[in-house]
Amino acid sequence: MRNKINSSIPADNNLIQGIRDGATNSLDSLYTAYFPMILQLVLHNNGNEDDAKDIFQEAVIVLYTKITTENFELKSKLKTYIYAVCRHLWLKKLNQNSRFSAQTYELESVADVEIDLEQHEEKNEQFKLMQHALGQLGEPCRTIIEEFYLNNRSMQEICEQFGYTNADNAKTQKYKCLQRLKKLFFKDEGLEL
Amino acid sequence: MKDAQLINQTEAYLRGEFSPAECAAFELLCKENPEVQQQVNAHKELMSLLAAYGERQRLQHAMDLIHEQIDVVSLKNDLIPTSANVIQLWKRYRANFAIAATVAITAVFGTLLFSGYFADHSSYYSALRREINSIKRSQNVLAKNINSKKGIANPGVFGGTGFALTANGYLATNYHVIKGADSVYIQNAAGDTYKVKTVFVQPDYDIAILQIVDPAFDSFANLPYAFKKTDSDLGEDVFTLGFPRDEQVYGKGYLSAKTGFAGDTVSYQISIPVNPGNSGGPLLDSKGNVIGIISGKQTRTDGAAFAIKTNYLLKSLEAIPEADLDRNLSLNAKNSISSLNRKEQLKKIQDYVFMVRVY
Repeated sequence: MRNKINSSIPADNNLIQGIRDGATNSLDSLYTAYFPMILQLVLHNNGNEDDAKDIFQEAVIVLYTKITTENFELKSKLKTYIYAVCRHLWLKKLNQNSRFSAQTYELESVADVEIDLEQHEEKNEQFKLMQHALGQLGEPCRTIIEEFYLNNRSMQEICEQFGYTNADNAKTQKYKCLQRLKKLFFKDEGLEL
Repeated sequence: MKDAQLINQTEAYLRGEFSPAECAAFELLCKENPEVQQQVNAHKELMSLLAAYGERQRLQHAMDLIHEQIDVVSLKNDLIPTSANVIQLWKRYRANFAIAATVAITAVFGTLLFSGYFADHSSYYSALRREINSIKRSQNVLAKNINSKKGIANPGVFGGTGFALTANGYLATNYHVIKGADSVYIQNAAGDTYKVKTVFVQPDYDIAILQIVDPAFDSFANLPYAFKKTDSDLGEDVFTLGFPRDEQVYGKGYLSAKTGFAGDTVSYQISIPVNPGNSGGPLLDSKGNVIGIISGKQTRTDGAAFAIKTNYLLKSLEAIPEADLDRNLSLNAKNSISSLNRKEQLKKIQDYVFMVRVY
């Protein structure tokens, strides 16, 4: 229960620095500070709270990607940026869903936002393919791959977790898994693209 | 297993598990073999994609945790004052509503329009006032009148019929005959003209009461006809005298309905040949009792003319203020022509039916 939401909107710079350093409470305060604004935006424009959640989280991901890339430069206020991204995303979704209403919403071009969103979309495509490939991989391959590559665990730790007698066996297993993943991933990619 | 080794080495290199010497050896290997370099780059890309994917998942997870802690429902209630389902439906479908309503309205009014519903029904009713349009003839009459006797200063514009109510000079006609008149004259079948004044009008019943004010007039002989106060029955034989032209014209018919145009209870419907100019003429039954005043007919329908019931004439007479009457206005109750045949009846009546000229 957090009701005093608007009471403390943290300074942009602190937030950005915090998120770059990977501090959870920065993400937390970013989320609680700006989610109500987006909830309002979506609710007032034919959406529900789940739509608001999806849209806002996507915007945070875009922002996060932007912040964590090295040549980061935010030209507007954080609030403005998030609002612009969300608005853009939501109008796009509305246009896709507008079966009944003939009205089309004009996507005003904030060049900054558009480029970010394009990159974001590309990445999303790749991630979707990866998710699909990982889903088809099966156990224990999937866990091994996830632990090693996604969570950056060492081979030693994985050995212990899976009870392999020595690291070489584990490495061989991991290699086989990786080959299968590649096959699945690039096959999907070939199909989809 | 050269491929597997290479991948392991690549990973070790990228994760910084190599010693500086091993690093240098690996870099050298890459430099010397473009093939190896390519493989290393491909793997590097895949690794970074996987790492980014992991990071994305962690971020998503972290956000979901945060989201769970937010009380979305109360937040939502704060942001939106609860609007009822109906209103939300309305908001969502109002464009559809508007289109549907437009189509419905267009269809309804279009149908009504094309079916002639909005055509002016009153145009089916024509009051039988005669427009005297033969100016040349009127002027000739005028010239003659000036030379011969007391005359009329200008030709009549409209004409109707009127009939005597009492021997002392009261007459009845239609209100629409004398409406807007400057002055009103009456002329009997013999050609004698008298000036009359309007004593009383009852536009609701289309009745006007006139009085002869001409100094040449004293009084008529006793009226031959009486006034029937009760309603007449369907099928009653009726006749009328009137001035659809400059000559008195007799018309005969029957009472065909107890109400008039569009259900008007003030009138009878009668089937009788009448024309403009017949307005204000008396409608008599076979015994010679006045049962109505001819007032109009329905255009586009054969044999439907209308006459105002005597009952309403009597009501109008009662409504006349006492002060407006300088002579006694009591209707004749004695019918002296009931046993005569029609020709004899007409001979008696014709002196009491007048052409009304309106200037």
